[in-house]
Parts: sequence; structure tokens; C-alpha cells
Amino acid sequence: MINSQSLMVAMPEIEVAVVGLVSLVAAAACGARVTRHIGLLAIAAFALAGGTLFCPERLSHLLNGAMPVFAFGTQFVDDGFARFVKAIILAASSLSILLSWSAFEKDGDARPEYPVLILFATLGMMLMVSASDLLALYVGLELQSLSLYVLAAFKRDDARSSEAGLKYFVLGALSSGILLYGISLLYGFAGTTDFVSLAFSLRDQAHAHPGIVVGMVFVCAALAFKVSGVPFHMWAPDVYEGAPTPVTAFFASAPKLAALALLTRFLLEPMSGLTAQWHQVIVFISIASMLWGAFAGLAQTNVKRLLAYSSITTIGYLLVGLVVGGKSGVQAILIYFTIYALNTLGAFAVLLCLRRGGKAVEAITDFSGLSKTNPVIALAMTVLMFSLAGVPPLAGFFGKYFMFLAAVKAGLLPLAIIGVLSSVVAAFYYLRIIKVMYFDELVGALDPLPDWGVKAVLGLSSLAMIGITLAPSPLIEGALKAARGLLG
Amino acid sequence: MTVFPILSAVTFLPLLGALAILLFVSGGEDNVRGNRLAQIVALGVSLATLALSFVMLHRFDPANTGFQLVERFVWIPSFNIAYIKGIDGISVWFVMISTILTPLCLLSSISGVKKRIKEFMIALLVLETMMIGMFTALDFVLFYLFFEGVLLPMFLIIGVWGGEKRTYAAYKFFLYTFLGSVLMLVAIFAMVLHVGTTDMTAMMGGKFPKEMAVWLWLAFFASFAVKTPMWPFHTWLPYAHVEAPTAGSVILAGVLLKMGGYGFIRIAIQMLPEASKHFAPLMIGLSLVGIIYASLVALAQTDMKKLIAYSSVAHMGYVTLGIFSFNQQGWDGAMMVMLSHSFVASALFLCVGVVYDRMHTREIARYGGMATNMPRYAVVFMVFMLASIGLPGTSGFVGEFLSMQGAFLANSWFGLLSALGMILGAAYMLWLYRRLFYGALVKDDVRAMKDLSVREIAVFAPMLILVLWIGIYPAAFRNVYAPSLEKALLDFQTQSQGTQHD
Repeated sequence: MINSQSLMVAMPEIEVAVVGLVSLVAAAACGARVTRHIGLLAIAAFALAGGTLFCPERLSHLLNGAMPVFAFGTQFVDDGFARFVKAIILAASSLSILLSWSAFEKDGDARPEYPVLILFATLGMMLMVSASDLLALYVGLELQSLSLYVLAAFKRDDARSSEAGLKYFVLGALSSGILLYGISLLYGFAGTTDFVSLAFSLRDQAHAHPGIVVGMVFVCAALAFKVSGVPFHMWAPDVYEGAPTPVTAFFASAPKLAALALLTRFLLEPMSGLTAQWHQVIVFISIASMLWGAFAGLAQTNVKRLLAYSSITTIGYLLVGLVVGGKSGVQAILIYFTIYALNTLGAFAVLLCLRRGGKAVEAITDFSGLSKTNPVIALAMTVLMFSLAGVPPLAGFFGKYFMFLAAVKAGLLPLAIIGVLSSVVAAFYYLRIIKVMYFDELVGALDPLPDWGVKAVLGLSSLAMIGITLAPSPLIEGALKAARGLLG
Repeated sequence: MTVFPILSAVTFLPLLGALAILLFVSGGEDNVRGNRLAQIVALGVSLATLALSFVMLHRFDPANTGFQLVERFVWIPSFNIAYIKGIDGISVWFVMISTILTPLCLLSSISGVKKRIKEFMIALLVLETMMIGMFTALDFVLFYLFFEGVLLPMFLIIGVWGGEKRTYAAYKFFLYTFLGSVLMLVAIFAMVLHVGTTDMTAMMGGKFPKEMAVWLWLAFFASFAVKTPMWPFHTWLPYAHVEAPTAGSVILAGVLLKMGGYGFIRIAIQMLPEASKHFAPLMIGLSLVGIIYASLVALAQTDMKKLIAYSSVAHMGYVTLGIFSFNQQGWDGAMMVMLSHSFVASALFLCVGVVYDRMHTREIARYGGMATNMPRYAVVFMVFMLASIGLPGTSGFVGEFLSMQGAFLANSWFGLLSALGMILGAAYMLWLYRRLFYGALVKDDVRAMKDLSVREIAVFAPMLILVLWIGIYPAAFRNVYAPSLEKALLDFQTQSQGTQHD
């Protein structure tokens, strides 16, 4: 079953896995002093994997990337959708490593396990994105989740971090159980675990046994937990708050996208015959997430919790794209998420700059008067917050534009209207950060700023919020190509 | 395209200036040289923009009723979104208003804005780009981009440099207008999907079925009624005006409110003619209520800026009243009221700024008898006050007269009721003037105030000239917009008539 073709298809994953294992050994042998080296090695591995992903030599083996190509039987698939999503995941993981150095070093938590865990989590995400079988789906998801549980508890001497890790683990394990139960139901009633056969046997609704619908709903619930969609979102604010900030930044970007991509593939490919059934579920999660994320965010005083609610609202918007379905829906999801990931990583980069008296501070009031002491950071944060709020002319607006355009096109006017109205509510809490930075009095000077890693991420993301407006075409075309890759 | 893209140049020159200040000028509270440099650069850039806009006006051919100086670049090909700019007679004056008012604001802020001078200059220049961009945009996405983009700098201008309750005012301003705009966004989606392009010119001329047009119209109404503002969506305006710094109030009254009127003409009338006709009774009703209600409320104000803010609501009522009377007089009146109000209300806010900079209070009761010690100021204020009332010979008269005539032609009751607003307008303005300038000069701090400085006269002089020029020879201004407006009215009448027979 394993042939050179399969290895070629999975080459990027193999590269990440090999580097992961090598750096694990290196980390165990050399200890904390090689943290940065291993971080750089991991970034290099991500760059290599990204290069391999789009390497023309590889694509020429894979029908020039025009069609989905399977590997290891039908466990693993490579198509334009997977390549696009993986590229974003690799980029987000690299940026998360850049973000981590100075914060962990200042707190005395710099350990080489961090990049190693990111490597394995990223590998898991890549597997999730390419999973074309319920088993591969589960294996990828668990590899990712286990790494994330450890990452959440990375500050092992810190009670909040340990609490976050434990909470995430217990709830995550519960959701994994639900996922497995759903998978077993699907297997039991459809007789297969691979996506292509599932799609074939479910192409006609008449064959949809209630057991299959229940199984599908369970899988949806488990994946909704991973993307923190309401009502499976409860872990997100606590884990976001408790986990070390670089880890939270990572949580908010890559794993969300991986789980969302998995959900997209799962619902639009094998479950496309059951569209009428899963629509109700996703519409509910979408509306609930948009509204709850917007309203509950209003009451937050901690920026990390606030960003957790912001991500919940965002998931609501993204699920609108899933309800829309089709190429325009998937394209809108990918455009939105790419912009959001950059945007939110930038916001966490700003948060990482916020240290007073040697300690990280993360209350909204800690931003007070930032525009006086650090005008550049305040300006960058303003751009990022306005962009998250979806105010033109910043990139965040385009994410919403294409999403709700697709929704109106598909006749989902109520979803679009709820979406834009909830974005007005959410705008309130983004504005509050800007207000605190510019209108309020200073609470005290910041410690010296972190190293170039954080600054680079901050600069990149805030400039991207303007740059994408000026030249949106590459992103839009890329997302369209990816959507075509998924849906032919 | 070998022609110099003058509209883009006018639009983005202020932004480039803002960028230059951001990058190359060092700010800071105590950095006197840096702040002075920021002011000089900002003023220079805005004057250069003004000069460019005169070149634009010179190149503009009033006889041509189509869009002119059009620039067109592909922006997002797969969604048919293009970068399209162009002006016609309806938009050309709004661009000029923006470019004229910005340097005046910058000049006036030299004494009014004492903190974060560099940032203030940047915010005003960015605001100028957004305003001009909005009036020259002919692509819906571009239009929306600039329309909303205005909120960013304005939120900061109110919130950072505003008065005591600035936070509340800034929030209310932002969220209120944002709420209106997102509904407009959904309507834009529907229109774009119906027509298949975001080109605004392709949407003009009643291309939407009536049932759809009614909903679209309501969505646009949500946005423009807040922006104009029309009663009962005006409640953000008094707060925003009162709390904003002088320059912010000037831009708000002079340009931002016109976005609503411009939007009604450009989108509601030109794209949804049938629905506009359908909703005309609502619009006229709200306008009349607005005119009378706002005038009555203005009578009761004790704060100068609030009084002028409510007078703005009343004046904008004349604009919507004129537009939705659907006749030549009404439309001419609407345009003239907008033109005149841009200068008169702005000048009145600047007048308030003059004494506010000296006394730091806007309470009318704190002043009195200023005609004695500030004669020049009293004369300047009087001219603008009379223009606001609509005295013949000033700009205010032309617009309000035409607008009322239009309303009268539509229905004599409308004319009668709107005339009531004019009487009330005279009442609150004259009373304000009496309380500020006449009576005994008893308060010591008022007595100690100096008359207008040379810089302040330089700010008021162009506005005085414009106000009198419009009042005495309105044809000079009318000739520029009239052909386009007449053509638009003709189109509107055929489009809304033609479908009535169906």
C-alpha cells in the first residue's frame, strides 16, 4: 500500500515529522540553551514543507495539482484546498514560534519543548487537513490535541496555566470521546470510514439512516468544540486566559483553521448528501456563536478573554460560509480566516509587548495611555482592532465583505443581517481598547519591548491589514483556486 | 491612460502628507519645533490639495452631464470590483467643500488643539482623504470603503481631543453610524449580485424590481438618515458636535452631514427612483418634523454648540425636503442649502471656537456684551448668523427659499410648515446673538478677551466671501451643478413615471 507515490503526496508531512523527531532528540540532549535554535529549525522545517507543498516537481507527480490525489489507500488526500490551508497553518505556526521567545525567556520558561510541541501539533493539523478517512481524521486530531494540551499547561509552575491545560484536556477528551462515538456510528451504519465511499453511499438522502445522522451530529459537535463554536465554546475563554500568551496566540490561529478545514471537508464531501440535516446544526452554531461572542465579549475586562470571545464571533461568521457551501462559501471562509489569523496574531503580539515591572499584564485597563508612551504600538493595535471590527478600509472588512456577499447570494439574508448586526455589537469592545489607549490617562511606562520576533509579527500583521486592501487579488484568487480544489 | 489622474491625486495627496508627518516628524508634548513642523506640513499639503482641486474644477466641464475625469483600474477582477473614480456636477462641489474646509480647520486648530498636535494633523489629513474619496468614488465597494473609513479618524478626533463627555460622544457617533452603514452594506450586496458588477454607474436608472427596491431603499435610508441626520435619528449629532474639538465640528457639519444628502441623491434617487417616490411622504414628513422640532429644541439650548447642532438638523431637513419634493426648485434648493450650510455652520462653529479658546466654556450665559470689546468678531458672527437665518443676500436665503418653493409646489402645506422653521430659525439665532453680544459688558473675563487675531481673520475671510458670493450671485455656483442636476431630475421623472403605467 505504501508506494513512492504516497510518499510524494505526503512529503511535506514527512519533512515536518522528521524534523520534529530530530529536534526532540536535540532538545532532550541539549536542554534550554538551544531553545532558539530549535525554534529556528522548526521555522525552517515549516518553510521547507511550505516549499515542498507547492514545489512544481512534486506537483508534476500529482497530475499538476489539478485533481485530488490520494495516498495510503484513501486515507490521505492532497488537493488545492489542503495545500492552501496548510500554507496558512505553516505560516501561523512559524509566527507563533517567533512570538514565543522573549516572553518565555523573560519568565524563565524558555524550554526547547515548545518548538517541538508546535512541530508535532502542526504535523497533526496537516494530517487533519488532508484526512480523507475517519480514522486519519481521528489520528490527526489527536496528535494535534495532545500537543495542544501540553502547550496550554506549558508554564508548569503557574497555577492558571496548569488549570488551563487540565480544563482543556478534560473537555477535549470528552469531545474526542464524542467524536469517536460519532465515527463508530457512521461506520456501523454506512459500513465504511473513507470519505469517498461515505459520500457515495450517502449521495441519496433516502439511504440516510437515523444512526448516520446521529453520528454526523456527534462528529459536528466534537469539531464545533475544537473550533469553539457556541454552545461548545465554554473552554475557550478560560484556556485563552490561562495559557501562556504565545500559546494562546497559536491556539487562536492554526488549530482553529485546521479544525475548520476538517469540518468543511467532512461536511461538504462525505456528508454532502445530508446537507439538509447538517444545515440546521451549523446554522444554529453559527448564529449562536455570532451573537454570544459579540454580547458576552462586552463584559470582559481581560484582553485574552476578550480575544477568545472575538474568536467565537469569528467562528460564527466563518460557519456562515460553510452554510453557504459551494465554491463561493469555501472561498469566503479561506479569505476570512487568512485575514483573521494574521489579525489576531498581531493582536497577541501587541499583548506580548505589554509588560510592567517584569510581569506580563493583560487587563484592558493596562492599555491606558499607551498612545503616549508607545505611539507606534498603539497605532498598530488601532489598525488591528479596527480591522477585527471589520471597519473599512482595513483588511478585516474584506473578510466580512466576501463572507456576507456569499451569504446574500445564497439567499441567506437573515444570516447576513444577524452577522452584520453582531459585528456592530462586537465593534464596541474593539473600540474600547482603542479608547483606552487614546482617551485614557497613562497608568505607567512599559518595560523595554520584546525582541525582534514579536516586532516582526506585529509589523507584518498590521501592515498586512493595509496591504491586503491595496492588493487583495492574490489572496482572493488563491482562495478561489483552493475552493475549486475541494469542490472540483 | 496618459491623462494625469487628478481625482486620485486630490484624494490621496492628504494621505501622503499624513504618512510623511507620521514617519518624518517627531511629535511629543514638549517638542515645539516638531509640532510646528507638523502644522506647517499639514497646512502646506492641504493647500496643495486645494490648489489641485481647483485644477480639477477648471478641467470639469459643467455642460457635460455625465461623469468626468473618470479613472478606472482593475482592482479585484474575479469579483468585478474596480477602482473607479469620477465626478459630475452633483459631486464636484462636495469635493471643493472638503478641500476648502480642511486647511481652514488646520489653521483654526493652531490655537484650539494643544495636545498631540502631530497626531491631530494626521487625523485631519486622513479624514480629508476619506471625504474626498467618498465623493469621487463610482464603485460601490470603494464608496463604502471611504464612507465607513471616515469613522476611523472622526472617532479619534472626537475621543482624543474632545470635551468632557467625549468618550460617550465618540462611541455614540461611531456605533450609531456603523449600525446604519452595515445595513447599507447588505443592500449593496443585493444590488451587486443583481447587476453583476460593483460599478455604480451601471446601477443607475431603476434597474431593480419594485419589491426589492423598497427593501434596498430602507437599508440605504438607515444609513443616510443617520448620517444626514434626520429626525428621529439625529440624537448622536448634538453630542458629537458639542464634544468634538472645533475643527472636528467644522468637518462634521461642513462635510460629513453632506454625505447623507449626497447619498440620498446619488443612491436613493438615482438608483432606486421608484422606491424613492414610494417613500417620499415618509421623507417629507420626517423632514418637516425635523425642521420644526429641531428649531424648537434649538430655542431651549444653553450651550452654543448644541444650539448650532440643532440648527444643523433643521437645515438638513430643508435638504431632504427639497430632494423629495421632486422638482427643479426643490433640488436646486437642496444643493444650495447643502453648499451654504457647509460654510455657514462651519463658520459658526469656528466662531464658537474663537471664544471657547479664550474662555473654555460654551455656556451662552457666561458671555454677554461682546459687541463692545470685540467689534470685529461681532460683525463676523452677525454675517454668519444672518446667513443661517436665511437673510436675502446671504447664501442661506437662496437655498432655503428654493427648497421651500419646491415644497410649496409639491403641496402648499409643506411650504407653509417649512416656513415655520425659518421663523423659528430667526428666533433662536437672533436670541443667541442678543445674549452673546448685546447687553452690558459686566463679566471681567469676557471684558478681558481680545478681538480676532490676524490668523482668525484669515480663517473667516474666505468663508465670508463665499457666503456673500453664493448669496449675491448664486448662478456662479449653480451653473456648475445645474446641467447634471437637471439631467438627473429628468431621468428620475421618466424612470419613476414610466414604471407607474405598468
